[in-house]
Amino acid sequence: MGEEEGLHQTQLLDTMFVRGLKRKCFDGEEDIEGTLAGFKAIPSYNLQRQSLLDMSLVKLQLCHMLVEPNLCRSVLIANTVRQIQEEMTQDGTWQMINTQSAGQTSLDRLVSTDILCRSSKEQAEGKLVPVYSTFAKDCEGTQSQDNSEIMSTVTSPQVPRNLQSNMWEMENPQENRGNFQKSLDQIFETLENKSPNTVEDLFSEVDNSYYDLDTVLTGMMSNTKMGHCDLETFPSQTSANSNSNCKSDLNELDHIVEILVES
Amino acid sequence: MAGVAGGGGGGGGNDFQWCFSQVKGAIDEDVAEADIISTVEFNYSGDLLATGDKGGRVVIFQREQENKSRPHSRGEYNVYSTFQSHEPEFDYLKSLEIEEKINKIRWLPQQNAAHFLLSTNDKTIKLWKISERDKRAEGYNLKDEDGRLRDPFRITALRVPILKPMDLMVEASPRRIFANAHTYHINSISVNSDHETYLSADDLRINLWHLEITDRSFNIVDIKPANMEELTEVITASEFHPHHCNVFVYSSSKGTIRLCDMRSSALCDRHSKFFEEPEDPSSRSFFSEIISSISDVKFSHSGRYMMTRDYLSVKVWDLNMENRPVETYQVHEYLRSKLCSLYENDCIFDKFECCWNGSDSAIMTGSYNNFFRMFDRNTRRDITLEASRESSKPRAILKPRKVCTGGKRKKDEISVDSLDFNKKILHTAWHPTENIIAVAATNNLYIFQDKIN
Repeated sequence: MGEEEGLHQTQLLDTMFVRGLKRKCFDGEEDIEGTLAGFKAIPSYNLQRQSLLDMSLVKLQLCHMLVEPNLCRSVLIANTVRQIQEEMTQDGTWQMINTQSAGQTSLDRLVSTDILCRSSKEQAEGKLVPVYSTFAKDCEGTQSQDNSEIMSTVTSPQVPRNLQSNMWEMENPQENRGNFQKSLDQIFETLENKSPNTVEDLFSEVDNSYYDLDTVLTGMMSNTKMGHCDLETFPSQTSANSNSNCKSDLNELDHIVEILVES
Repeated sequence: MAGVAGGGGGGGGNDFQWCFSQVKGAIDEDVAEADIISTVEFNYSGDLLATGDKGGRVVIFQREQENKSRPHSRGEYNVYSTFQSHEPEFDYLKSLEIEEKINKIRWLPQQNAAHFLLSTNDKTIKLWKISERDKRAEGYNLKDEDGRLRDPFRITALRVPILKPMDLMVEASPRRIFANAHTYHINSISVNSDHETYLSADDLRINLWHLEITDRSFNIVDIKPANMEELTEVITASEFHPHHCNVFVYSSSKGTIRLCDMRSSALCDRHSKFFEEPEDPSSRSFFSEIISSISDVKFSHSGRYMMTRDYLSVKVWDLNMENRPVETYQVHEYLRSKLCSLYENDCIFDKFECCWNGSDSAIMTGSYNNFFRMFDRNTRRDITLEASRESSKPRAILKPRKVCTGGKRKKDEISVDSLDFNKKILHTAWHPTENIIAVAATNNLYIFQDKIN
């Protein structure tokens, strides 16, 4: 995991974080220009803080790709992310990023947190790709990143919540296992009892929002690599949480697209 | 060079030095992942020393009887038994592998000729019985010496089988398997002073078991929030009080310790005591919470104190004082300025253990570069030693090591940037009554003992 690299890479960051230099909170009434002036005075702190935020989010993404992430480590990293975002919200940096024009740098900064929300199944199927391709087209002139990198622009303080809901859900299969099992049982039961003529019928009995058997099984197989427990994200009978999170992500996505297109 | 006083003989003031005694394990540079030692534990008498590794194996060493012709040299530890405790498993529902790595071993107090220990991986705890067989019966009536059944009609006389000595055989057999009680990864097991029950703790729950009953356990702590989005704290370690069978403690990732009394309620979600040191605002940083996370908690043998290990320090707490520790020892304060790098390479999440000596006068914990540290609570002296092949000559005295933090590096000092962060000593154990210590350095087990001047 890069331990061989020793301590040389982030020496600069280290000196920054020695005493946890903390800037005072900017008064909410100060205007944006005043804030900008403040930033110019201590630009490197923000840069280092942003770098730490990016590093933490990358670590959390990697968590999701492991077979079974260490819960303690994930919790500690998530808390660190929340801490940074709280501070950034307090001193107005967070707002600034949202209202800035869609320049290359701001889009770079908007970390692909949605990848944490999407199930591996959805990624495999590319269900959300249509939305992203629109997004990409709008920004074609402003940057050259390809579709796969423009995942999402969820930037509100909701992020930690989204992060966590899907991260922890993975560790929580007990409640949802029963629901999933029931649905599978339903399918297998009907397969046994009915004649092949009614194959259409037995799938019509299944809840419409339920994926068909092939994608169900594909989802289970892809879990091995991605580490997501997709049992929770099957929308039909599983927790409404993950479902609504993805929906809210899409709503925010639309919102962000609007802002960027307008500016 | 003065060492750290300790041991059953008691009392500070006896300066002594630590010497190399033995090292176990392969010398190869290429270390197989499965051979990495993941836990070390002496039994109650100190005659047996158990290690568990990432490959799910347990190796038990036994101390040889002291040699009368060489009264000054202590008995050596030699392999007594080796067995495969846990195998890798696959959870088909989650499509996830369950590691066979042994997270903890805890011995049961000895009650008869056999020895019992509990070993656990992430999900399953097993009770193993280790017994000796040094006699076998000969002269059965119904079967031949090679085991074949004799024809009953050929038997004309009856005889009593006699016991004859045989080469010592040590057998390990699993007597109980405690499974399916933990959704999250088990980090601790602790045997109760009643010798009938034990606890097992994972990230969010603690369960109480009876050693005889495997199909049921009581949940005594549950910190899982109803909404997992609100999860901000996990359980990191737990232990029963050495004398009061109703009292146990558990530590958290936020640097707090809760002491619970099982008599007050069945579900011990409400603590009886809450130990937390107020944060020093001048040293606050984005890493403050991570380095405050407690990786190990151990009661003193007396039961009056407990010790906690966080990333940079070891703290001793008086059970009667909740608002701050009575003693704090810096293990490797020179790492405080390197926290960002250690966060990047994940070393900041390393879980170091700590241990007391038999008389509670000294404590020991590991560090990086195969260094380990010992602190004398009475004299306040501390020493840094290294577990390395270079100082592995029999009865060679260990030379104290020093890390230079800046400025001119003196001879024999090592600078912080030269430390090898892949060589970490996470697991150490101290003999219950004597000055013998076992230090696990990746795949090697070092045994050191004192040499009284």
